[in-house]
Amino acid sequence: MDKNSIFKILENIPDPEIPVVNIVELGMIKDVLVNDNNEIVVQIMPTYTACPATWQIQNDIQKKLSENNLNAKVEIVYSPAWTTDRITPEASEKLKKYGIAPPQKNGTIHQLTEQSVVIPCPHCGSTNTKLVSPFGSTPCKALMQCNDCLEPFDYFKCHL
Amino acid sequence: MNFQEALFKYLLILGDTSLILAQRLSEWTGHGPFLEEDLALTNIALDTLGHAKTLLEYAAKVENKGRDEDKLAYFRNGREFYNVKLVEQPNGNYADTIVRQVFMDAFRYHYYKALCESKDETLTALAQKAVKEVQYHYRHSSWWIKRFGDGTEESHQKAQNAINNLWRFTGELFVPDESELIMEEEKIAPSLKQIQYIWNEEMQNLMKEATLTIPENAFMQTGGKQGIHTEHLDYILAEMQSLPRMYPEAKW
Repeated sequence: MDKNSIFKILENIPDPEIPVVNIVELGMIKDVLVNDNNEIVVQIMPTYTACPATWQIQNDIQKKLSENNLNAKVEIVYSPAWTTDRITPEASEKLKKYGIAPPQKNGTIHQLTEQSVVIPCPHCGSTNTKLVSPFGSTPCKALMQCNDCLEPFDYFKCHL
Repeated sequence: MNFQEALFKYLLILGDTSLILAQRLSEWTGHGPFLEEDLALTNIALDTLGHAKTLLEYAAKVENKGRDEDKLAYFRNGREFYNVKLVEQPNGNYADTIVRQVFMDAFRYHYYKALCESKDETLTALAQKAVKEVQYHYRHSSWWIKRFGDGTEESHQKAQNAINNLWRFTGELFVPDESELIMEEEKIAPSLKQIQYIWNEEMQNLMKEATLTIPENAFMQTGGKQGIHTEHLDYILAEMQSLPRMYPEAKW
């Protein structure tokens, strides 16, 4: 079994919190190592140190690979740190369709709390939005609201 | 104290400080003054618990006696906890919690920033992640300090009372334990002296902006890093450890 085919299998594992995107396109897989004895190690990068989904993802990977008759070790790797830059453009688009504003490249968390960046509303596209709460339903999200369509929405915090 | 013992003790100081702060903050879950603040403190507690988990997991590995991070968190007594006394102080009113938090956030932010340069790879990896998370926490707590200090007469008074009460616990952050000195020499731990300088200046400026005053020539409490605590720690442990001690093999 080669690395690419394992990546293909991992693409079928959704993020436990945001099921419209998979763990590969979120950039959570650092690497897959296969040695000569066909032993597999999947290295995952947690988005946040305490993200409760990390343990769930570990289990999901083991389960999915064992369905394919593969035995893998899952390693949590903290260095280099995961950043929102690892999220693919396709995944960003899926997040938007799901109602979560994807991270803005120039919208670091520091700037966000100063409200100097514009986060467009994922529902109507308006740029007239406001920050409701810098902390949201999961460690990776902030809560915002659109001043035009009045819909509340989640913003995936930029973590660079 | 040999290198391994010093590293183990050093990791417990860092890990226990995060663990007890996280436990204190999580007491606010469901009791926040309004929904957004409830979310904020719960999120901050969770991030902080994540740091504690990573640090204690590493401590257990260094100790190499078959304990894991849960064993360290749930099966040690008060005298074997090495957190600073500041984090075990009660939540009190919201100003008490926020003042304790801003002292800790400013400290943790500069500590983790300096720890990114550590010679220990496990610690630099954690620090790189944690510094970003704590920066967000720090932003939140400094907002509130300014609002309280420069808000109403009552909010100002409550924040001032909290500072007057908690200031005496801040000195301990910068008094190194024997293990910290050894780690500093090994270039694993950052210099507490340098962090103290930056921290002091930042707190003075922040409080000035918030129209609050920092007490002068206060007597500073110490002892937490040697396992000598205020009466509050054992109550925290009693609650936090009760379930695993009653049902040591419980799984969920």
